Amino acid sequence: MTPVLELKEITKQFPGVLANDHIDLKLEKGEILALLGENGAGKSTLMNILYGLYQPDGGTIFINGQQINVHSSIDAIKAGIGMVHQHFMLIPVFTVTDNVMLGEESLILGDILDRKTAAARIMEISKQFNLNVDPNAMVGDLPVGVQQRVEIIKLLYRDANILIFDEPTAVLTPQEADELFKIMRSLTDKGKSIIFITHKLREVLEYSDRIMVIRRGRVIGETTPDKADQEKLAEMMVGRAVNLNQEKNKAKKGEVVLQVQDLVVADSTKKITVHGISFTLHSGEILGIAGVQGNGQTELEEAVTGMREFESGEIQISGKSIRKIKPREFVEAGGAHVPEDRQRDGLILSFPVEDNLMLCTYYKPPFSKNGILDRREIRKNAENLISAFDVRTPSPLTDVGTLSGGNQQKVIVARELSRDNRLIVASQPTRGLDVGSIEYIHGQLLKKRDEGCGILLISSELDEIMELSDRILVMYKGEAIVTVDTEAVSKSEIGLYMAGISQQSVSGSETVAEKSSTGE
Amino acid sequence: MIKAKPVYLKHEVSPRDRIMGFVFLLLGLFVLLVFNRHFSADTVTTFAMTPGGITRGMMSDWLIQTNRTLWICGILLFLIGAYQFVFGFGRRSNLILILVSLIFVFAFTVYVAANKMLNLAGLLASALSMAVPIILGGFCGILCERAGVVNIAIEGMMLMGAMLGSVVGSTTKNIWLGLAAAMLGGGILALVHAWLSIKYKINQIVSGTVINIFSTGMTSYISSMYLQNFPNLNKTPRFPSVAIPGLADIPFIGPIIFDNSLFVYGMFLLLILLQFGLFKTRWGLRLRAVGEHPKAADTLGINVFKTRYMAVILGGLLAGFAGAYFSLGSVGRFDEGMTSGKGFIGLAAMIFGNWIPFRTMLAGILFGFADSLSSSVSILGSSIPGQFINMLPYLVTIVVLAGVVGSSSGPAASGTPYEKE
Amino acid sequence: MSALEKDSEQKKNEAKQAGEIFLQELSRKPSNDSSFFSKLWSAIQIPFLAIFSGLFLGALIIVFTSPDVYEAFSKGLGTGLKAVFSVVGNAYGALFAGAFGSPSKIMEALRTGEKIDRVFKPISQSLVETTPYLLSGLALALGFRAVVFNVGGEGQIYVGGTAAAFVGFAFADLPRAIHLPLSVLVGIIAGGIWGFIPGWLKAKTGSHEVINTIMLNYIALRLVEFLLTGPMTKAGSGGMPISNSVQESAKIPLIFKKPLTLHWGFLFALLMAVLIWFFLFKTKWGFNLQMAGANKHAAKYAGLNIGIWTVLGMTISGALNGLCGANQVLGVTYTMGLGVSAGYGFDSIALALLANNNPLGCILSALLFGLLRTGSRNMMSNTGIPLDIVSIVQAFILMFIAAPAIIRTVYHLRAKKTQAPAAVNVSGWGGK
Repeated sequence: MTPVLELKEITKQFPGVLANDHIDLKLEKGEILALLGENGAGKSTLMNILYGLYQPDGGTIFINGQQINVHSSIDAIKAGIGMVHQHFMLIPVFTVTDNVMLGEESLILGDILDRKTAAARIMEISKQFNLNVDPNAMVGDLPVGVQQRVEIIKLLYRDANILIFDEPTAVLTPQEADELFKIMRSLTDKGKSIIFITHKLREVLEYSDRIMVIRRGRVIGETTPDKADQEKLAEMMVGRAVNLNQEKNKAKKGEVVLQVQDLVVADSTKKITVHGISFTLHSGEILGIAGVQGNGQTELEEAVTGMREFESGEIQISGKSIRKIKPREFVEAGGAHVPEDRQRDGLILSFPVEDNLMLCTYYKPPFSKNGILDRREIRKNAENLISAFDVRTPSPLTDVGTLSGGNQQKVIVARELSRDNRLIVASQPTRGLDVGSIEYIHGQLLKKRDEGCGILLISSELDEIMELSDRILVMYKGEAIVTVDTEAVSKSEIGLYMAGISQQSVSGSETVAEKSSTGE
Repeated sequence: MIKAKPVYLKHEVSPRDRIMGFVFLLLGLFVLLVFNRHFSADTVTTFAMTPGGITRGMMSDWLIQTNRTLWICGILLFLIGAYQFVFGFGRRSNLILILVSLIFVFAFTVYVAANKMLNLAGLLASALSMAVPIILGGFCGILCERAGVVNIAIEGMMLMGAMLGSVVGSTTKNIWLGLAAAMLGGGILALVHAWLSIKYKINQIVSGTVINIFSTGMTSYISSMYLQNFPNLNKTPRFPSVAIPGLADIPFIGPIIFDNSLFVYGMFLLLILLQFGLFKTRWGLRLRAVGEHPKAADTLGINVFKTRYMAVILGGLLAGFAGAYFSLGSVGRFDEGMTSGKGFIGLAAMIFGNWIPFRTMLAGILFGFADSLSSSVSILGSSIPGQFINMLPYLVTIVVLAGVVGSSSGPAASGTPYEKE
Repeated sequence: MSALEKDSEQKKNEAKQAGEIFLQELSRKPSNDSSFFSKLWSAIQIPFLAIFSGLFLGALIIVFTSPDVYEAFSKGLGTGLKAVFSVVGNAYGALFAGAFGSPSKIMEALRTGEKIDRVFKPISQSLVETTPYLLSGLALALGFRAVVFNVGGEGQIYVGGTAAAFVGFAFADLPRAIHLPLSVLVGIIAGGIWGFIPGWLKAKTGSHEVINTIMLNYIALRLVEFLLTGPMTKAGSGGMPISNSVQESAKIPLIFKKPLTLHWGFLFALLMAVLIWFFLFKTKWGFNLQMAGANKHAAKYAGLNIGIWTVLGMTISGALNGLCGANQVLGVTYTMGLGVSAGYGFDSIALALLANNNPLGCILSALLFGLLRTGSRNMMSNTGIPLDIVSIVQAFILMFIAAPAIIRTVYHLRAKKTQAPAAVNVSGWGGK
């Protein structure tokens, strides 16, 4: 049987990088193909070529055995290719109907929108594939999971037969992800074919029919879930044996460095997102905050570090109670902060590396004396940190915005961890980084822990939490559902907590069965 | 499952609300203490309800008791201000602002015309006519910003349009050719703006500034090189007022709305076209999509660049049309700097009107009213210096921006160049 | 190698290093090219070519609007082309002579020692024109560094000039040592207030400073017009908007004797440029200001109160424009009138961007603008080409500076990899 889709020798060169190096790919009708690779391996580039967003430097694309040229997304749509992007391509202030029909509008009298017909068609698709979406809802009001289904409807509305999902589970709870994979399966049952891009090994093994691994722009190999395991896939993905579990010494807990009592925080729309959370963090331990994104972790992080005022409750840093904490007081109290959005909060992209390396302490000696900056000291500090933390930059005067994501994060980590601090708040410290950088940053955090720092680690990557934390606090809808020792809990249990399932119902038998597969 | 419903704090009064409340309170006090200082109970304000020199659509004069009316207005303003200051109107602030402006302006008119007669209909008619360039400028802004391009060059485009309209109108003695030249001038400048901000992705405010400086310089250059030396080049015929049979006979409304020049009718026509086009047609849907989320539009096969070029150039044609109003619709010649900031005020009307054509028109009329009031007040011989009344539209703009911007939001991608990867 | 040679070698190197450091500061970027001159070229090529192209397009406009040229072309191609060159040559020749004076006369005056004051008059006048440009350019540059777009220069100059004029004429019998600084200071404060308002509005309500400053320009104009025709008007001016003349004790003294009108305000402006440069790049407060502008989230993270710095940036910017107004009133016109600003507030946008928002660079671009402005007066009286050609040229320069890609395309230059400067956020006209 001819494959639905065949890519031959696709090559794409970016300045300085060979993003795709003669990639071949085949997709059979009705199968789910997983495209596995690290961040920056070239998966997204390949899919963007297929979708017409990039032009390849070489190679050919066949649909049902026929060669086609994809110069733009219009060509891709015509050829029956559709894509659910990692960052949804939806307009929040438009209705579902407007979003779905945009570009493929139903019209009356020439150019006037026929919203009724379009809405009816959406209802029909929604029913057929069990997607349960209201065509008249405003997209911005819908939960993330539903927005993703709107994206799927967009593809089905255009009669797409080949569906590409780019990191579809990044924003979903494990349960929502399960739901999504059920939908994907029902799509393939009705004759659609699916490529899904991910770097999560578990998903690949559980849900795909076939796995293709890409590294540095090349196809490294192909396998099927029953022939592979996590270690083997990780090795293929990274190119060397990966230690999935960092060596970790036993925590030597000391005095309390951070005490949070009944903390209530509201987000910028005045909605309460942290409902009276309480916890203690000791020196020499890592407390992991697990939870699906958007359950109040960001506001918790911001409140603790002084970036956001809190409504009520108490925060004590090293025994000192602080009612209205400001970022500078947090730093003065021995705090370090690796912020969630590193480009927005942690760096000034248009400033040189050396300025970014003194961002929180520039106002005091040695960097500034009597209000006058000492450029020599600033340069010295920068050179020391650049070599100590292995920041790859042409010069301390290079704008930090021109560095790679991993090196940008290293600049932040170097700045924050180099201070003499007792408390570190690290939020999503490795998001979007390659395995090398991840390992490095994990190592640095563990080193700080062993030196006696208390670390609050906030991450939506469950693996990261499980690997580094001594204790785990799971947040769900702004509350601390549970606080447990890492050794006393399995990953799937945490997953259930993340979905808001409370303690009593977790003791079922199925969770025990899954425990063995999580590589604990 | 744990159920945790989102809990909202009680509506908090923002500094912006407080400022607005404070201003309202001041206005109320002003009406009570300053306007209503020395009017006895039998003082009467007379409003003529038919513009001067008009013989159709007549309406008898309107007499009101000055003292009592001012009391009512003042107390009303004071109450609204107090409520706004303490509780805030939240989402309705926008509407309240319009209401307060109307009450204040009304109180002011009553005060100024106490013991005298003021032609209210004439005032409104001239307000509408003065609002035309503001509203058209606002429409230009809507078109551009809805597609994601900020345009502060409306002023420059208008100025160029006014100059070209006058020159071509004078040389050909044909108002229609003059109009075409004016629109073309605006369109060409818009093309440059689009080219700089879409292709070269330069800061759109800088690009707008380039065009404003260029067009101020260029129009003055032509003016002092030719127009001042050859007056015949700057003496154009004007568009006449055309009364619409039947409609123009409606009392009060008829003479104000249905006895006007092409520019007023054109503005209304554009209002309908734009309001309908933006929200009910494929053209509008795509244009707005490009301004909200260009990448999403691009993935669905919509050409972001083309759409933006189209919107900005259409906007430029509109701005040129607005510019023609000054020379071809109003005075019949070009004067240096004759647009006097109307383009910027149009931008403010756009923001005040939430990027919606109909509301922008209302805001524009409010600005136009302030403008026309200042001229009729100086005729009435008020004790307030003319310059201060002239400041009104600008002050109103600042207050409106401070009060409105936070509570309304423009197109999400407005002002950001689109980078196709 | 003798010790002396070593010493001189070392000095040379130091001088070279100093030059390189200056260049680095100018561009605030490292350069990997080897030689000093290639560094120099890469630092100035875009501004230089932008100025050149601006003048070229200005020449085209002069040609296309010149009746003489059309007339000459009707006589034949040769005469036409000759007319093109003569029109442009006359115009720019008059511009040059008006800006610098005549080189031959200067040489002769230097040789004979006669009429020295007269031959230097054009240069002196150019430097007098440079002063307001420099002060207003500094205002814009500092604003841009704090990422506030102060389009309100005109209004700030007006209120600054009016306030300075008021103090200048209203207080008699004050010694110069008090009267002059007081007048200047009041001008600075008035301009500062006019800058503070939009800054405060931006910080508090998020309303965008571009529209607010433009509105404040018109308000200032009306206000000043009212003051100049009413309370502050010159006795017997018959309703003309002009103020009383300032007292002798409030005038900025001239550096040389008349007819050289160059006054100490020029040197003061140079000093301001150095001070602002030092403030921006060498002090922590300058760092604060730039940080708050470049990324307000990161600035908050680094412990700043953003609102204060936005307000401060606008206020200092306004104060510098106020100083510009005071300088014009106390040093040039000695009376406040509506013509006190020849569009400095707007022209300085191009000026500041041409200088890459560097205060020291502003000195050079202000000099250019001052020369252009002074020269254009001579051009107008000699050739009849209106002054406004300067604005047009400046608009072109601004365009090329803002879009260097056009310059690179036209002149086939290699693209440099640079981080885009922090843009003034205009989305929705609200800060949020």
